Amino acid sequence: MDAKDILGLPKNALPIQEKKSKPPKESQRKPDGISREVYALTGGLAPLMPAVDVNQLKRKAQSDNEKITWQWLPFTNSARKDSLQLYHWVRVVNGIPPTGDYSFAKYNKSVDVLKYTDEEYEKYLTDPAWTKEETDQLFDLCERFDLRFIVVADRFPSSKTVEELKDRYYSVSRAILIARALSPGDVATHPLVKETYNASQETERKRALNLLLSHTKQQERKDVEVLAQAKKISEARKASKASEESELPVLSDIGSLGADKATADTVNPSTNSQIPSSSITAPVSETASVIASLRMLRVYLRSYALEQMVQAASSSAGLRTIKRVEQTLQDLGVNLKPKVPTKAVCAEHLELRKEILTLLNLQKQLQYKEAEGSSFREGSYTETPGTPPKQSLRAADLDRTFTPDSLSIGGERFGKREQKRKGPAPSSPAQSKRPRKYKASD
Amino acid sequence: MAQTVENDVQLEGNATESNLKPQRLKITRFSDDSDKKILLKRLKDVEISVPIVYGTIAFWLGRKATETQSHKWTVYVRGATNEDLGVVIKRAVFQLHPSFNNPVRVVESPPFELSECGWGEFEIAISLFFHNDVCEKQLDLYHHLKLYSEDESGPQSTKKPVVVETYNEIVFPDPSEDFYARVQKHPAVIVPRLPVTINLPSVLATNVEDLNEKRGDTKDHPLSQWFNNFSEADELLKLAAARQQVGPLTS
Repeated sequence: MDAKDILGLPKNALPIQEKKSKPPKESQRKPDGISREVYALTGGLAPLMPAVDVNQLKRKAQSDNEKITWQWLPFTNSARKDSLQLYHWVRVVNGIPPTGDYSFAKYNKSVDVLKYTDEEYEKYLTDPAWTKEETDQLFDLCERFDLRFIVVADRFPSSKTVEELKDRYYSVSRAILIARALSPGDVATHPLVKETYNASQETERKRALNLLLSHTKQQERKDVEVLAQAKKISEARKASKASEESELPVLSDIGSLGADKATADTVNPSTNSQIPSSSITAPVSETASVIASLRMLRVYLRSYALEQMVQAASSSAGLRTIKRVEQTLQDLGVNLKPKVPTKAVCAEHLELRKEILTLLNLQKQLQYKEAEGSSFREGSYTETPGTPPKQSLRAADLDRTFTPDSLSIGGERFGKREQKRKGPAPSSPAQSKRPRKYKASD
Repeated sequence: MAQTVENDVQLEGNATESNLKPQRLKITRFSDDSDKKILLKRLKDVEISVPIVYGTIAFWLGRKATETQSHKWTVYVRGATNEDLGVVIKRAVFQLHPSFNNPVRVVESPPFELSECGWGEFEIAISLFFHNDVCEKQLDLYHHLKLYSEDESGPQSTKKPVVVETYNEIVFPDPSEDFYARVQKHPAVIVPRLPVTINLPSVLATNVEDLNEKRGDTKDHPLSQWFNNFSEADELLKLAAARQQVGPLTS
């Protein structure tokens, strides 16, 4: 409908042209040529450009001028060894049945398993581990089962592994081929001659695959971890190699950086154990690695160095925390990036940032504890365990400044808590608050 | 004195393991540079830093200004105390806006500066190349050329330029012995004192620059009246004050 609008064609023009006598209710009439259901798919209207000419659909068979009948006829299959005759429907054209073999006979392929004579066996094929009988049996089974060694192994009277059977079969065939060849060059390209079967390798390979298959989830996870670490290390090595152009200093003492070097030696999942000085905690090793990477640069700007250190120090913090640190710095009147980045200034700046980070973390912990404390209070009468950091919050003004959004929301209740904390030694804050609460409710 | 110098020169020339091997020295591999087949002995845990100031000073040309040349500006890299940087920096390459003729300008000797006329503001890339015994890698700095001052108050003046300077320090974490020896007494460079156990050649300060007419330092530079004084004292004070406030809270 819409398409017609777009094209600007009159709405009922085409259907009238195509379907000769069409009542307005098209769906009730059965159109010629195509079934009603198919026609309905088009939305009750003919397609604008009929893809297939409706008239042609039925006539195709007629134009051939042949008589097609279907007959129930017997047939033989050349793939069969007996001459069993079966029957099936056959398309007969003008009274002549089709010729040719049964169409599926061509799929009857089999493997050419070599047959050796007894002489040949005596001459080339004797083997200490195999008797002639066994070898004969093997070859017989191979032929019957088209070299399906799993089946052959199953049917083999004496128990031999699949690899052993394969080994025997391939070496025998190979020997025969070479023996029968008129010249060595003739058979050199024969696949049996070109590729030798390596039984021990195969056994090993299958054993390894089995092991891999039977890995527990834990082991798989460990493997993935180890591989990822190895990849990281090799990439880091490549990066550091690239950044140093031609020279590569032999750093004699990277003791403190154990993480990088030690794990490179042995790909060990438990990397923590590799760091020589066990006293190194996470933040220290981060700065140490930053220092190392800076050293690799050979020359750098101090502002850049400070940036890297700051990044390393705040790597454990989320984006919001970092923003809060920066806000705090601004509140204190300190430049986010020092205008005069000397060694001393940078060191102080870094320390200040770390301290602010610690402060913010402690405050967050404090919040959590208080939240716990309040839920306890509502639930039971038992005292909440004293929360440690409260002793340090002596300077209440600064406290308020630095927690703009945290404790001051919620209104009066929180405000009261703040005031309370200022006063007496806040060892058990819950206790001191409770009487207040009761008073309020009285 | 002279003898020690000679000895060390010999050591360098022969490229053999040195007789003195204090723990602080570490041996680097032969560099591939064909002109220095010397073994570079590096000093570990010693950091040499060079405080520099880089930036631009731009003057409005006033009556002489044209559409395409309204300002005359100078971009430079100077020592923070206006000392000669030539002892460390071999040359400076200033990469200007492509609309300039020959936008890659190389300055081979101190003072490392470049003056031009133009009308537009753009980012200038400054690449510093150091002497062979200092560092093989270059250091890149970026500075935005400012022609128009922040405060829109009133017309531009031909007398007062727009000055934008940035302070920073070039740090060499593992300086070579030669470099150290060469600059340990130079005013442009901050060098920590080494313990007495280290025997370093005391290189006679051959200030070739003194013999030349052209001075490398910027102490009496024509534009020096506009140079900013960067003092760390101010910043340190602020930081100390801030730490005072935060410290007790976290203890």
